[in-house]
Amino acid sequence: MRTVQVGQAILSRNDKLAERNRGFFQAHKLSVVNVLSGPGSGKTTFLRETARGLNGKLKTGIIVGDLATDNDAQKLRASGAPVVQITTGTMCHLEANMIAKALKQLPVEELQLLIIENVGNLVCPASFDLGEDLRVVLLSVTEGEDKPLKYPPMFQAADVVIISKIDLAEACEFNPEQALANIRRVAPKARVFETSAKTGEGMDAWREYLVEYHLRGKGDPGRSGGEV
Amino acid sequence: MHELAIMDSALSLALDRAAKAGALQVHKIRLRIGVLSGVVPDALQFAFEALVPETIAKGAVLEIEEVPARFWCPECRAEFQAADFFGQCPVCHVPSGELRSGRELELASLEVD
Repeated sequence: MRTVQVGQAILSRNDKLAERNRGFFQAHKLSVVNVLSGPGSGKTTFLRETARGLNGKLKTGIIVGDLATDNDAQKLRASGAPVVQITTGTMCHLEANMIAKALKQLPVEELQLLIIENVGNLVCPASFDLGEDLRVVLLSVTEGEDKPLKYPPMFQAADVVIISKIDLAEACEFNPEQALANIRRVAPKARVFETSAKTGEGMDAWREYLVEYHLRGKGDPGRSGGEV
Repeated sequence: MHELAIMDSALSLALDRAAKAGALQVHKIRLRIGVLSGVVPDALQFAFEALVPETIAKGAVLEIEEVPARFWCPECRAEFQAADFFGQCPVCHVPSGELRSGRELELASLEVD
């Protein structure tokens, strides 16, 4: 019996492909956000309204991953942005090679912002780098304030946390201060926005953040008035 | 359920290294898994048992070393090991966003013949 020392990342193949994506995005001056959350937190409506409001400000394309159906793609197309649906079958997350493949179906030369809506899942997608610039994690008020404490790996990797469906906060007895304190415990540096895709509350501040981020060449614009 | 995809990648990597080392049988596969990696060791074990039978790692043991979460405290200018998933400095109690280790998903080594 003998020992073979390896010391290599298990996901090195995905990591390499993600780096390749990152180089491609850089070359095309494309800002890329990877949007993650549990199922039912309102990702698709939030992103449809994000893209709709960015019309004329940032040329946006969307890649959306789901286990099955193209319902989300149809919903997202109402924003006017080009959309590619990836159906993953039984796979619970998106991987870098799926993004590389989907990019071929988008008019990349014309785009400034690429939004990737990951599979609704608060665990698995955290492990897979897609080559994105920003990780955005949604927490809807219907999920409760303690979600960040229950799923720390996902929130820890977040650059931005969106508290969604804020219009329902009162009905759900959701305490925004407590939620913010919990987010800060896990992700002290993350930007936090409270939004409602339905009433439009907080959406301008979030979209302005994306525009600024892109215009600064993927630089963080610093804290803005619309943030909590 | 992403443990299956991760174990599949780990096993492919292990079998590739074993073949390059001229091994005929793999007896043990050692992984280093960070507590913040989002991967459950028990689920990896389950996936491992499902994946090895058709390979030269049939009957092999999967050994998982858990890597604790270590954070950097910019106030104290020191590294500390967190008792839980939250990077609060035990000395000054300021939360740290700077994770130094704990997200590892690594194939460490193999025992082969």
